[in-house]
Amino acid sequence: MEEMVESTAVKNIPYDDYELVVGLEVHMQLSTQSKAYSSDANLFGELPNTLISPISLGHPGTLPVVNAKSIDCAIQLGLAMNMQIHQDMYFARKNYFYADLPKGYQITQDKTPICTGGFLDIKDENDQVKRINITRAHLEEDAGKSMHDQDPFDTLIDLNRAGVPLIEVVSEPDLRSSKEAYNYLTELRKLVRYLGICDGNMEEGSMRCDANISVRKKGDTHFNTRCEVKNMNSIRNVQRAIEYEMKRQIECVENGETIVQETRNFDAPSGTTQSMRSKERAHDYRYFPEPDILPLHITLEKIESIKSQLPALPQELVAKYTQKLGLSEYDALVITQEKELALWFEEVIQKTTEYKMAANWVMGPIKALLNERAIEISQMTLSPDQLVGILNLIASGKVSSSTAAEKILPVLFDQPQSDASEIAQQMNLVQDAGDDEIEKIAQDILAAWPDKVAAYQAGNKGLMGLFMGELMKKSQGKANPKVASGIIQKLLDK
Amino acid sequence: MKIDNETVERLADLAKLELSPAAKEEMVKDLTNMLDFIDQLKEVDVEGVEPLIFVNETTKNVLRPDEVKQEITQEEALKNAPQKDMYYFRVPKVMNQA
Amino acid sequence: MTPRYSSLAEIQKDLGSGSITLPELVRYYLQQIENKKHLNAFIEVFAEEALQRAEELQKKWDSGERGKLIGMVVGLKDNLCFKDHQVTASSKILEGFTSLYTGTAVQRLLDEDAIVIGRLSCDEFAMGSSNEKSVYGPVLNPVNEKCVPGGSSGGSAAAVAADLCLATLGSDTGGSIRQPAAYTNIVGLKPTYGRISRYGLIAYASSFDQIGPMTHQIEDSFLMLEVMSGPDGMDGTLYASGYHKEAIPASPMKIAVLKDCLHREGLNSEIKSRFLNLIEKLKESGHTVEEVNFPYVDQLVPAYYVLTTAEASSNLSRFDGIHYGYRAKDAKGIEATYKQSRTEGFGTEVKRRIMLGTFVLSSGYYDAYYSRAQKVRRVIQNKTNEILSQYDVIITPTTADTAFEMGKKSADPIAMYLEDIFTVQANLTGHPAISIPLGKKENGMPFALQILAPAFQENQLLQAAKQMEQCISGF
Repeated sequence: MEEMVESTAVKNIPYDDYELVVGLEVHMQLSTQSKAYSSDANLFGELPNTLISPISLGHPGTLPVVNAKSIDCAIQLGLAMNMQIHQDMYFARKNYFYADLPKGYQITQDKTPICTGGFLDIKDENDQVKRINITRAHLEEDAGKSMHDQDPFDTLIDLNRAGVPLIEVVSEPDLRSSKEAYNYLTELRKLVRYLGICDGNMEEGSMRCDANISVRKKGDTHFNTRCEVKNMNSIRNVQRAIEYEMKRQIECVENGETIVQETRNFDAPSGTTQSMRSKERAHDYRYFPEPDILPLHITLEKIESIKSQLPALPQELVAKYTQKLGLSEYDALVITQEKELALWFEEVIQKTTEYKMAANWVMGPIKALLNERAIEISQMTLSPDQLVGILNLIASGKVSSSTAAEKILPVLFDQPQSDASEIAQQMNLVQDAGDDEIEKIAQDILAAWPDKVAAYQAGNKGLMGLFMGELMKKSQGKANPKVASGIIQKLLDK
Repeated sequence: MKIDNETVERLADLAKLELSPAAKEEMVKDLTNMLDFIDQLKEVDVEGVEPLIFVNETTKNVLRPDEVKQEITQEEALKNAPQKDMYYFRVPKVMNQA
Repeated sequence: MTPRYSSLAEIQKDLGSGSITLPELVRYYLQQIENKKHLNAFIEVFAEEALQRAEELQKKWDSGERGKLIGMVVGLKDNLCFKDHQVTASSKILEGFTSLYTGTAVQRLLDEDAIVIGRLSCDEFAMGSSNEKSVYGPVLNPVNEKCVPGGSSGGSAAAVAADLCLATLGSDTGGSIRQPAAYTNIVGLKPTYGRISRYGLIAYASSFDQIGPMTHQIEDSFLMLEVMSGPDGMDGTLYASGYHKEAIPASPMKIAVLKDCLHREGLNSEIKSRFLNLIEKLKESGHTVEEVNFPYVDQLVPAYYVLTTAEASSNLSRFDGIHYGYRAKDAKGIEATYKQSRTEGFGTEVKRRIMLGTFVLSSGYYDAYYSRAQKVRRVIQNKTNEILSQYDVIITPTTADTAFEMGKKSADPIAMYLEDIFTVQANLTGHPAISIPLGKKENGMPFALQILAPAFQENQLLQAAKQMEQCISGF
């Protein structure tokens, strides 16, 4: 009975009267060779405290010098998200003590971020395009790692990650559902992977996301108190955390409780968030301009030169494939899902005009073979030329699609040096039997089966398949099926 | 400006310092005196003046090419650590009484 | 107290004539250091290493393949990093710390065959004007051992003055080279901000700190500057090319005297009258000397304290007992490790400055203090530049008085801060400035002349210093 009452209470909460308001702060490690302000290597998964320098260890007397590549990466991302790239900026220090922050401050950008005001188009709940505004993107540095539970007595500190360059992208609170947040992160990740500036791996932490979440009654225009949720190590978990947090906040409001502005930790196993209720006093980061780094000046020429070298971006490719190549949006999206595949496909369409067929091959036989062999597109050795070879064989009627997919493609997958027509010849798969040769075989077949011929002529047209199958077998696939069926037809109609 | 005990405590917490009651009292007095002294800055009219952040104003950038130079070893990194093992810096944890 | 050698040229001459060898020279200085141990200038002497290097360099001398500074025996202020040597900023918090690298300035001296003989005491983290704030105890002024040598580069000044080595490196954030140079009757040069890489200098206030030489002779300071200056790729604020020492022929100069410094209450009368004599002498020699207004003298030290303590509060956050240096015994947990280590590891003056710096940057006070001080800094720089656009150099006494007795000012931080009243200007503005001996009071205590030149115009500073030295020697 009690349970009934409780579940009724929950049922009565009008979840549908509320809408979600989410803004995301995404930190991404830049794929540079060296660190943000020092020359030690930026790598993942090495032995602890081996990727270090006196600078990243925060030793006395050391100074930061900005990695030129990190600036280029930020400009690339800013341009790709239609942001304003600022020409003059300075770095700032954010002061706080943390065991894996050896300097006692983080070098970041405060009042003068490198990029401001842009947008990223994503798909909303109903698969419609929605524009998410980007507030800012700025450069900063990562901290090392403290491990509190590896040793019973001590905290262990590894500074390999200290000083790895990060770009932080802050969105406006424009996201209205967990699905939108999911789509935003997927799109952002795709973008940085296309740009080659971050590998976007949330599990390894090269991409990290904090979500600022609040709820409000539908129709309201003001924002309510928000909570910041941290520690979600996959895009799926961001979605889960938002869903949980939305429900929690609505229940909070409906039960007449006040939502406290706080930081909450996401617990993946339970799918819940918990207050991080820190005993420390309110943070006061005492930002001030970093005196060790001169103000940075970016010339217009520099911005133009980076702009002119930007790679094709996923949304541009989708537009091109659907509008110019006549592909379906679905196909275009699948092909552009991963940069490697899109680049591969780009090469294919340089060499053939059979766009549709090329896309069908990518979506069909090639994907199937990749799945079957459990290999990533990045490990695939099949070259665009090899696929174009297949397409040409099919288009010229020399090989049937099914023969090409079943017999030729698997061989080419293993033999990056071979080409399709060579394999077709070797395997004797070319449909080059002459009309006379086909007619001879057809006559033999029909002569061998007079009763079947009679049945056909009596109206059992389905027997055509039998004759064709027999002919293809006897010709060892070398007969063009179209030609063969014409010839059989002609003989039967006599 | 008069600095009070509470301000000194907050600053000490931010700066990670512990002050004995006597030191705190002394600090309240010193900071108050220093701020009085610093108040002479108010005698200068700074209306419309931009803060000076760098004494040498230049549009030249001092940047570093993205090249790896691994100049010190793990052993050297840990050499000055007050407590360490072969791989990590170590700091004792607070143990629960139980 | 005449030093055996007062310039590198004299040493190189004797090396050339064979009247001394490099090992003999090093042994001489080691003996001097031993004899004057009570001055407490050296924290550590690299005796064996220096002797070994002297042996090697003697071979280079003999072969004729000589670096510019061969024969120069130098001491380093204890805030300059030298690979595999301890460096502590004279603070307990860096107890036992060994540097993993050699800073640029030191490396460049070594590359030109200088010999490093040891490291020298200073005020803790270069915060002080008396060298009484070193964890190793006070340094005595060799001119009068009851008095302080000045600071923060007090050990560096005392070592040169007492002939414990030919030259030393100091660092100057608000006068830490020039004031002790004045108190010990030697030459101290603060180059233009951005001349010498700060890589390897333990930071006090990043936008103020400069490494500089302390020597007997003007020429040697500029020679060392030439060797140390120029970009190294390790200091992100250093973009100017290196300094090249050139002798500008003597010629009449336009010299500005800051009226507000000269007629300031508190300027010792003996210093003032000698300074006025100098002005007359300069005029007689054909130079133009004019008094100009500089209405911001009272703001110099306040602006300096707001900005340097702010930067210091952040720069000194790295000393946390976690990764290196001193850790409080039995500290448990990261928070307690920070608090106990820093509380036990820093001295009172350092803590006072960290607290003030934390305050001026803290939420609610940033604009009223930090930002305002940055604006005043611009006003001061603009005014100084304006004067230097009309005059070749600005001159002031380096200090308002001579070295004081030990302990006399320890109780009053502000009295100690006012020690830097004439010197902080060059740090606020970035200009190069030099202190050269001007005279002695009746009681024998030395005082000095400070010359300030336009940014990156060290040759102009050199020319002015040489001409003024000539006038002074004519007294």
